[in-house]
Amino acid sequence: MSDQSAPSPQPKRSFLQSLEVDTRLLGMIGAFLIVCIVFNLLTDGRFLTPRNVFNLTIQTVSVAIMATGMVFVIVTRHIDLSVGALLATCTAVMGMTQTAWLPQLFGLELGHPLIPWITIAIGLLTGAIIGAAQGWLVGYQAIPAFIVTLGGLLIWRNVGWWLTDGATIGPLDQTFILFGGINGTLGAFWSWVVGIVAAVLSLVAMWSARRTKTSHGFPVKPMWAEALIMAVVAGAILGFVAILNAYTVPSRVIARDPSLFGCDVAEGCVAAYGLPYSVLVLIAVAIVMTVIALRTRLGRYIFATGGNPDAAELSGINTRLLTVKIFSMVGVLSALAGIVASARLGYHTNDIGTLDELRVIAAAVIGGTALSGGVGTIYGAIIGALIMQSLQSGMAMVGVDAPYQNIVVGAVLVAAVWIDIQYRKRMGAK
Amino acid sequence: MTTPLVEMKNVSIAFGGVRAVDNVSIELHAGEVVGLLGHNGAGKSTLIKMLSGAYKMDSGEIWIEGKRATINSPRDSRDYNIETIYQTLALADNLDAASNLFLGRELTTPMGFVDDSKMEAETRKIMARLNPNFKKLKEPVSALSGGQRQSVAIARAVYFNAKILIMDEPTAALGVHETAMVAELIGELKKQGLGIFLISHDTREMMDLCDRVSVMKNGQMIGTERVEDVTEDDILSMIILGKNPKSKT
Repeated sequence: MSDQSAPSPQPKRSFLQSLEVDTRLLGMIGAFLIVCIVFNLLTDGRFLTPRNVFNLTIQTVSVAIMATGMVFVIVTRHIDLSVGALLATCTAVMGMTQTAWLPQLFGLELGHPLIPWITIAIGLLTGAIIGAAQGWLVGYQAIPAFIVTLGGLLIWRNVGWWLTDGATIGPLDQTFILFGGINGTLGAFWSWVVGIVAAVLSLVAMWSARRTKTSHGFPVKPMWAEALIMAVVAGAILGFVAILNAYTVPSRVIARDPSLFGCDVAEGCVAAYGLPYSVLVLIAVAIVMTVIALRTRLGRYIFATGGNPDAAELSGINTRLLTVKIFSMVGVLSALAGIVASARLGYHTNDIGTLDELRVIAAAVIGGTALSGGVGTIYGAIIGALIMQSLQSGMAMVGVDAPYQNIVVGAVLVAAVWIDIQYRKRMGAK
Repeated sequence: MTTPLVEMKNVSIAFGGVRAVDNVSIELHAGEVVGLLGHNGAGKSTLIKMLSGAYKMDSGEIWIEGKRATINSPRDSRDYNIETIYQTLALADNLDAASNLFLGRELTTPMGFVDDSKMEAETRKIMARLNPNFKKLKEPVSALSGGQRQSVAIARAVYFNAKILIMDEPTAALGVHETAMVAELIGELKKQGLGIFLISHDTREMMDLCDRVSVMKNGQMIGTERVEDVTEDDILSMIILGKNPKSKT
């Protein structure tokens, strides 16, 4: 620590500098691990069981998906208070589409193989259109995003109610609920396949990034540092798969239908859940959003606009259209989160997604997204969502009453932002 | 006489009843530096912002290389090979030098992704020419000194082979050494045949750098003179009194 504060003339680099990893990322992962370890001690080892890790993962997906979109909104100095309500309208539309509209208006029988896919397409489209409309009001009509989406919060929460007459809609389509988590998983074998492919791909990506750098003559980190990071990344991916695969299906579930788990008889049959489809959806969203943020013009313009809106405009960037695109993206992600959330429940309910807007904003902010704009990362938002969910379910396991849970979560949110501000001050960044 | 590179004819713009620029005409030839002088609020920056596309003029015409031009946005202006260095520099502070240099005109890979490595390599090349001390390529420009930020803004204007360059107070935030470098650069670009509009408060500097100077006051053009025909005192009296002593004789 001491050699960081004193500028040393010799090019000697510390361990962390050689690794060239983001210290903020390390801080967040560290905070997450501390939360996990503390709860594991408090619950006598029940917090870090494969079963709880599995549950924690699927509980985080919905908020994490929306948080990746919220990063772009906050980076461009806006806010979206309507995501939870938008999620409810989208699940109401999807619930009605698969249980009522498609069967009654188009004569598709319940359980028809096209129903889930048409439903998903309509849901995503609904989210995109509502998001774009809100973005148009913000970008082209210059109504503050806070107001537009505060109005949206009231409107979309109750449009969902109006569409369903306030009723719970379900049961949902059997294919549709596969996206909910425990209802749809890859199983042990395919989870390993996905894990190994992912590990190999990320190693190849890191290696080709290094080769691009050397071909331009840029400095690269030492080989041992590169190898260490590669080992950590590959280990983390495979370790995650191993933990999920260690969560085996309870024997009473297998007994209901052994053929689902590749066995003839229930006796002696062991099967693991493996990677849930919903987690794969989140991983895909994370990759796509990260690529948009770092490797596309759209992402570059989002961050430039957040850093200096006037400069962005003078550089020929259409910041109004950009706002529409960002809010539309958040709309699509809210619909996607709605698929996961309603599939997990198996129903559309009136209060689905209530207060999600606050969880999503908190996740993005705990993940280092600055409300002053221009700064934020996708991985940060996802880790932020994980920290929030771990705190909440950890406290529930310990037996903390709900009001105290909220007090702690609120205090953690404020403390996280305070730590981030102190960190930035010390690093001399704005 | 040759066709002017830029001709702004009877240009006007008003903001809520205030005539910020009132029926002003000005021209710029290739290989020429024209200085714009005047008090704060005289309309210099507003005039050139209509050329750079930041403002849309209410009336008047802009002709570029003898053709009528329509400039409604900064993008239009860039399409006419007009580059602007704004007084505020117009940098996105959270991005690094290369991202700022190519902002709005990113280099892309064949797949359509932004090619950061290539942009960084190009930035290293042009920076080696403009400011050899420039080393902080990976850091956000908020971490740079005033002079380094200025050189990023200048690099952005020079890199894209501009024909017409607008420099709004390019040396206001700079030290003596860096100011000299900017003066040298202006001379070099002039030799390459660029036309340059230069805005500054420093009358002496303008007498050294410019071929002609135009003085504005209260949104109106007081007069344009070749620097060898006037003294610094003549210019000062034009700025302060709003009258051209030459036109009286």
